[in-house]
Amino acid sequence: MNDAGAVVARRAPAARASPALLRLDNVSRHFGKLQAVQDVSFAMNEGELRAVIGPNGAGKTTFFNLITGFVPPTSGDIWFDGKNIRDRSVVYRVHKGIVRTFQITEVFPDLSVSENVRVGVETAAGLNGRPWLPRHVRGDVERRVDELLDIVGLANKANRTVGELAHGDQRVVEIALALTMNPRLLLLDEPTAGMGDTETDHMVDLVRRLHDERGLSILFIEHDMSIVFGIAQKITVLDQGRVLAEGSAADISANEQVRAAYLGEAQ
Amino acid sequence: MIRRHPVEILLWIALATLPLWLGPLGGYTALGTKILIYGIAALALNLVLGFTGGLSFGHAAYFGLGAYGAGMTLKYLVPSTPLAIVVGTLAGGLAATLLGPLVMRRRGIYFAMITIAIGQLFYFIAVRWNNVTGGEDGLAGFRRQPLHFGSFVFDVQNEIKYYYLVLFCFVIAVVIMRVLLASPLGHTWVAIRENRRRALFLGLRTDLYVWAAFAISGTITALAGTLNAMLFNFTSPQDLHWILSGNFVIMIVMGGMRKFWGPLVGVTIFVVAQDYLSSLTDNWMSLIGLLFVLIVLLFPKGILGLIAPRRREVSTPRAPGIQQADAVLEEDGSPLRDSTKSLREATK
Repeated sequence: MNDAGAVVARRAPAARASPALLRLDNVSRHFGKLQAVQDVSFAMNEGELRAVIGPNGAGKTTFFNLITGFVPPTSGDIWFDGKNIRDRSVVYRVHKGIVRTFQITEVFPDLSVSENVRVGVETAAGLNGRPWLPRHVRGDVERRVDELLDIVGLANKANRTVGELAHGDQRVVEIALALTMNPRLLLLDEPTAGMGDTETDHMVDLVRRLHDERGLSILFIEHDMSIVFGIAQKITVLDQGRVLAEGSAADISANEQVRAAYLGEAQ
Repeated sequence: MIRRHPVEILLWIALATLPLWLGPLGGYTALGTKILIYGIAALALNLVLGFTGGLSFGHAAYFGLGAYGAGMTLKYLVPSTPLAIVVGTLAGGLAATLLGPLVMRRRGIYFAMITIAIGQLFYFIAVRWNNVTGGEDGLAGFRRQPLHFGSFVFDVQNEIKYYYLVLFCFVIAVVIMRVLLASPLGHTWVAIRENRRRALFLGLRTDLYVWAAFAISGTITALAGTLNAMLFNFTSPQDLHWILSGNFVIMIVMGGMRKFWGPLVGVTIFVVAQDYLSSLTDNWMSLIGLLFVLIVLLFPKGILGLIAPRRREVSTPRAPGIQQADAVLEEDGSPLRDSTKSLREATK
């Protein structure tokens, strides 16, 4: 009784006072005996650009899967825009604006760049079931596709087959696909993984522009610390499924625990 | 998507004039009719197989239901050709729509198994239900009837006139399928084929769209079945059997399942080869099998996949695939090393 009261007391003011876009309250996820995520609490405001870091197996991808609904939490609550979404489907969350990219690139490889984006635009507009579109709606769809290709800088490759593009461009297509869904929260799982220097610069620039120019809330997992410290406003460090530390780049660099966890072997 | 290709215009001209030139070429009109009928079925099956990515091995069920629906309408209900077409098509379409939920969540081999199982169910019903379906002997004792337009009579008992009725249905089926494939619904099907997981994460209820594809495809296949029953004024359980389902798949794969017209090419080769070879030898199936193996070995994307390759691109050197990269990183733990390094630099 006391406990429940305490939980309510702890939550209620937060729900009223904080404008948190996304909030996780004491979320855990176990896979058998593996405790992938343990008692993680996390809050993120609209318009923030944030990073999640941590060694392999720290639970970063599970953390994303919990937010997107790919796996349900074993315990704890997940709030998005003031609503508890812990039991909601992937599809529901996507329509609410939680959109992600994957660690392994997920696109429609045999379609052209514009066809890829068109699927997303039509989905976002709720047109998928339509067996026929009037000409002016088709025009609207094409314009939106062109607009998105301009934003991500792929307009000159619109008719190329995505499977034949360089890896970096495929990842950009994935971001374009995510943008079609008008995300309120964009989750990027290692956006620069497997990229060369030029491609990485391009991607970092894109992420920064999406945040600066479009005010998009972005949460990304990244292994490359120069990127994380370069663009993230706030960094959350996961280790063995727990939040080890959270703060600005300066805080994290100075944090003894993080240094111990990360650098233990080196010292 | 709807681009008029010169070859396509030639195709339509050839189909419109087929009774004029098929005879001198050594064929006969009913052969052309059969190609169109199987063409409707194969193009319809390809909505599921080639465009949505569901390996259906049970489409003969809907073909056969259409055939029995038409035959029984003519035999027991009303001797009317249009009604037979409508009843048969609706019967097959209804079955596909009701059974869709059983298959829509299955993928790959499971999709194939469950569609075969459902198909065989109808086969055994037709075999066992002797007094209505004629059992193993098949359903006979009905004839397609002339069409009446007021005082004008179009007597489709004439083979050439029946060909044009079938061509008319073929045109309608093709227009419907092309419009669908050019629509958001069609784009969604292709997206599901390409990457079902990605489609799900775009917020698509993928199973519902697979269901829609299955229902529409089954309905159009049933239309082909009704026309087939009336071509021979006969239908048998063989029209429901999985061997016919398999033959449809073979035709599609031979012709090219990624191309809209691929199935029609496959059907033409299959039906003509069958007609010709079966007059030479009883063992024509092994020759067709050989032909199939050759085509699959030589043109893995089907015949149309070879003749009309996709837009050619200068291939770009690819950065190492993400999967490889991950495997490498996982192995030597370098992300930790890298991040350790940069963190160390950052904390200096």
